[in-house]
Amino acid sequence: MSNVIQDATPAQAVTGPGKDTLSQRHLPRWAPAGFAAVSVALGIGIGAGAGLQSRIQWGLISAALFVVISYVVTSTVENRRQAKDRLATSVVWVCFLLAVIPLLSLIWTTVSRGMKVLDAYFLTHSMAGVPGFEAGGGVYHALIGTLEQVGLATLVSAPIGLLTAVYLVEYGKGALAKAVTFFVDVMTGIPSIVAGLFILSIMLIAGLAPSGLMGALALAILMIPVVVRSTEEMLKLVPNELREAALALGVPKWRVILKVVIPTAIGGITTGVMLAIARIAGETAPIMLLVFGSQLINTNPFEGAQSSLPFYIWEQYKVGSEASYDRAWAAALVLIAFVMILNLVARGIARWKAPKTGR
Amino acid sequence: MAITTDNAPAPPVAGKPGATSTGRAGDKIFLGLSQGSGILLLVIMASIAVFLTYRASLALAENEGNFLTTFDWNPAGDPPVFGIAVLLFGTIVSSIIAMVIAVPIAVGIALFISHYAPRRLAAPLAYVVDLLAAVPSIIYGIWGALFLVPYLEGLNSWLDEFLGWTYIFEKTEVGVARSLFTVGILLAIMILPIVTSVSREVFLQVPRMNEEAALALGATRWEVIRLSVLPFGRSGVISASMLGLGRALGETMAVATVLSPSFVISLHLLNPGGGTFAQNIAAKFDEANELGRDALIASGLVLFVLTLLVNGAARLIIARRKEYSGANA
Repeated sequence: MSNVIQDATPAQAVTGPGKDTLSQRHLPRWAPAGFAAVSVALGIGIGAGAGLQSRIQWGLISAALFVVISYVVTSTVENRRQAKDRLATSVVWVCFLLAVIPLLSLIWTTVSRGMKVLDAYFLTHSMAGVPGFEAGGGVYHALIGTLEQVGLATLVSAPIGLLTAVYLVEYGKGALAKAVTFFVDVMTGIPSIVAGLFILSIMLIAGLAPSGLMGALALAILMIPVVVRSTEEMLKLVPNELREAALALGVPKWRVILKVVIPTAIGGITTGVMLAIARIAGETAPIMLLVFGSQLINTNPFEGAQSSLPFYIWEQYKVGSEASYDRAWAAALVLIAFVMILNLVARGIARWKAPKTGR
Repeated sequence: MAITTDNAPAPPVAGKPGATSTGRAGDKIFLGLSQGSGILLLVIMASIAVFLTYRASLALAENEGNFLTTFDWNPAGDPPVFGIAVLLFGTIVSSIIAMVIAVPIAVGIALFISHYAPRRLAAPLAYVVDLLAAVPSIIYGIWGALFLVPYLEGLNSWLDEFLGWTYIFEKTEVGVARSLFTVGILLAIMILPIVTSVSREVFLQVPRMNEEAALALGATRWEVIRLSVLPFGRSGVISASMLGLGRALGETMAVATVLSPSFVISLHLLNPGGGTFAQNIAAKFDEANELGRDALIASGLVLFVLTLLVNGAARLIIARRKEYSGANA
């Protein structure tokens, strides 16, 4: 420790650029780990000494101590610039940890509370005849609703999205293409509830009744821009040589697109569509406005009210009893598993089937 | 052999009027289809505006209150009175809280992934942040209402005790933390991924030369970031934040589950109460008659215009930046 104190005076002078940095004093590479150990020990000491109950407070004290200790020690041993660098590093690390905490907490809460009532019975029974505040019942009707609505939405939006992307990449020039590109971007930002209100206003004008199809149309509006964007990126990755080779053989352009361009990019396109499905599968607002919700099994998406997983969670949450909260968490676990699996599989396909650029 | 015989007559076939026209016809149909779906997109956007405006105008014609300044939502009353003042206030305040919390953290995360994280970990870490975006908003909602709200009691009373003098952190009403402040925190978590991923893209585009020049002059890592990365990425971060803002403005389910709504405007952010456009639509829809639905559509139209402006501006900034950096490349 005496070294440190002796060096403190020259270190102040080092801040000028003229000094040779190679002869400067450096902290050893294990310094951050050392700071961390000291501050955690002090944090626990202070926390236990002051009788603070919450472990979170212990952690916060340790984190604050870490920042202070590393700044002070570095600025005395090395210089202010290095100290600022270390400060920035720790702030950036803290930012990242801050983002991970809610994710972990959310997944942990959902899994631990969802496991309570999640079993085969829950997955294969509807809520028919089950009073909301009592235990029992299941999610089967909502599962069917989600699958049908999302399936219909995909059937509508995948071709439109794919064709639009083809237009933008293969044909798009001029004002129309620019306008389409811009509005696709803007459309990604449409709140789901506005898409729901749009279909609702059509329903009010045309006198249509709520059904799974109406919800699917609203979901399709949300899905199209996502499909267009990802497909566009994938089509752009297809090497131009492939197109030119096919065109040079006299193949008409539409066959080049269908037989060469799209097959080359099909992995990425699938990924994009799956990610889009994962995104809309969790949408609640349009379903609430357009499908109305039901406790019964309704396998016909074209007529009558249906339920859906996210809407089921919302319903059970609103009932507000212990049993309904349990059901809400279990349904949340089913939904999150569905979405995460789609995500993982989609990204797996993307890596596995990525268009081979270059050799 | 079959192939060669097929190939040999092919060039003359191309010259025949019949064969060419099939090729051309296919081309025309395909161009028509793809151009048509592009146009369909524009039509959808336009009809959203038209239909919402039409239904909204029906409601506004019946409204006895002032749509912009009334502190009440009672379209079923006699006379029907409703206004968006509270909703506009709540939407903007909760989004601003979300931005204030999320943008600095998101920039930090983006820097972490682009410049600080060990190379091998960068991609998986970016993926972890993207997973936050994959969680459906209703799940954020119940997590916020059943887990986060009780947890924030401590933070709220701490803020009230030490920062109560700032007025905005003064808690004057007793009650659980179902406030605009809590909503803001939840929205901040929800918009983190989009702000992070757009900022990260921009930070990764910083010309290598600039960073290396700074390093060669003896800059520390933080100085490299401050001198070359942040100035280059500024417009990107701005547009990323606006995309996040667009998300926060329109978020429905998370707000509807967490907030306990009331038609008051209060700058005491910790007090329960307030409302946002999307939350109000979700809460009032079930009991609404036809005029009530039209009134909700009118408020949805305002939300639509708001998000359209924010997103459009963000995209224009990004587009301008692209052209700029393209010219330099």
